[in-house]
Amino acid sequence: MTSVTGVVAALGLGLILFFLLFPTLIVVPMSVGTASHIEFPPRGITLRWYIEYFHDPDWMAATWFSLRVAIATTFSATLVGTLAAIALVRGRLPGKEFLQAFTLAPLVVPHIVIAVALYLTFAPLGLTGNLTGFVIAHTMLAVPYVVVTVSAALQRFDPALELAALNCGATRIQAFFYIVLPNILPGVAAGAVFAFLASFDEATVAFFISGIEGKTITRKMFEDIDFNLTPVIAAVSTVLTVLSLILMGMIEIARRRSGYGGPRR
Amino acid sequence: MWTALQRRFRDGSSSPREYGTAMSLGLVAPLLLLLLIAFVYPVGRLLWNSIFAPDATLVHYGRIIEEPLYLLVLWRTLEIAFVVTVLAFLLGYPVAYAMARMSGRRAMLVAACVLVPLWTSALVRSYAWIVILQRNGIVNDLLEEAGLIETPLRLLYTKGAVILAMTHVLLPFMILPIYSILRNIPDELAKAARNLGASAPQAFLRITLPLSLPGAAAGTLMTFILALGFYITPALVGGPRTLMMSTLMAQQTTELLDWPFAGALSAVLLASTLLLVVLYRRALSFNKGFKIG
Repeated sequence: MTSVTGVVAALGLGLILFFLLFPTLIVVPMSVGTASHIEFPPRGITLRWYIEYFHDPDWMAATWFSLRVAIATTFSATLVGTLAAIALVRGRLPGKEFLQAFTLAPLVVPHIVIAVALYLTFAPLGLTGNLTGFVIAHTMLAVPYVVVTVSAALQRFDPALELAALNCGATRIQAFFYIVLPNILPGVAAGAVFAFLASFDEATVAFFISGIEGKTITRKMFEDIDFNLTPVIAAVSTVLTVLSLILMGMIEIARRRSGYGGPRR
Repeated sequence: MWTALQRRFRDGSSSPREYGTAMSLGLVAPLLLLLLIAFVYPVGRLLWNSIFAPDATLVHYGRIIEEPLYLLVLWRTLEIAFVVTVLAFLLGYPVAYAMARMSGRRAMLVAACVLVPLWTSALVRSYAWIVILQRNGIVNDLLEEAGLIETPLRLLYTKGAVILAMTHVLLPFMILPIYSILRNIPDELAKAARNLGASAPQAFLRITLPLSLPGAAAGTLMTFILALGFYITPALVGGPRTLMMSTLMAQQTTELLDWPFAGALSAVLLASTLLLVVLYRRALSFNKGFKIG
């Protein structure tokens, strides 16, 4: 490659990477600007918008609601997804291939269809705007991520280890908790983190099944973007982004350490 | 296949390597129940409503084609999804290529630029585009300061804005499948072609690019499907002036309470998604013959 084409290629790549990164991270400088309308670059630096966020009862109510939904979703999706993954990988099931595809269906179907459908069914049952409805909906959306990560971990697990435990006199239950579970734990943990983020960052279904009382942070952001575009939204966005990056960064580091599913070089 | 059937009909006791049918069914039962309650039944009911409301009729489907506004929305959705997919491919392929061929720190840097947006909420990123494109937003400010314009341009709530923001939001979904294929194509193949006298573009066009087609197919399909039914970005950046299928559905349900029509729109969206998935599986099975190794 001549140096001229090399420079052009590097420049082009740099521009595309800028396009990827700039709109993603711009909320960070915007959230610390002093002006009351959004300005970039900010003239002065202040934490005022973060203080406003933490002192606003509406924002706090939405944040706590989202956290409760996400934590409950994490537990239910991890439990339900792990059990299903065990059967789908190691079990003897009629129509296994169909079941495997079926469990992933919520990933393929457009979220707007699921959102409108859930609203239609949940509203008359009083399941909109409350924890129960949200946990049911978000668990359904999050569970495929758990099934995928746990299945991957199970496929790497050598059943001979379990067989050895059984030969040594362990019961099925003991073998599962002492041998299988510790071995697939990285997959289960990764699935749990994915489930948490799938719920906490979820906006489409949350937009439809939120109520005046039970409202997620994403729904509150949606409303405020439409009606009063203040830098508080930039502060909330930064909080969301930092949380996502920390959690996903943890998965990535754990994955590289354990060599689990990471790039093979 | 036959042995699998034989095994299935043997006695119900579980072998050490495989859990028995009864136990396996018990393990998947909670998930199946959840999917029935929160997925199959609601979506089924929405679709049912579009045909039997209360008598069997296709009138709601007819409206999509007959009313010029709805036909325009359908056409606009396909157009935007197509343009976004093409743009994402043109921007995404070079990044995937760089990620696959670089090593060490540089590769990490490029990977971070792809993964950080992927991990950031689509809502946050769509909001960022509002701030960039609005009347007193970053782009208008820069253009005014440079003296290129006197009054701010209307950039937000246009088709261009939706295309730009959606390309940004969906780009990682294009890059990653292409990357995962390119990573497994040995660079030696292209080098061998160079040794045999091919120029660098020739080696790329005739060796690397064809081998990476399964990844390109996966990436473009993923992007197109997501773009067809995407709600957040069109709702925030497109607004009511640039309705797409998803935002039209939202309008029909939250404002007009027209459930049968929303059901008909869902059916169209679902059918096109399923059709694409089936076509894609076909395309992949064709490609299997060309796999290396």
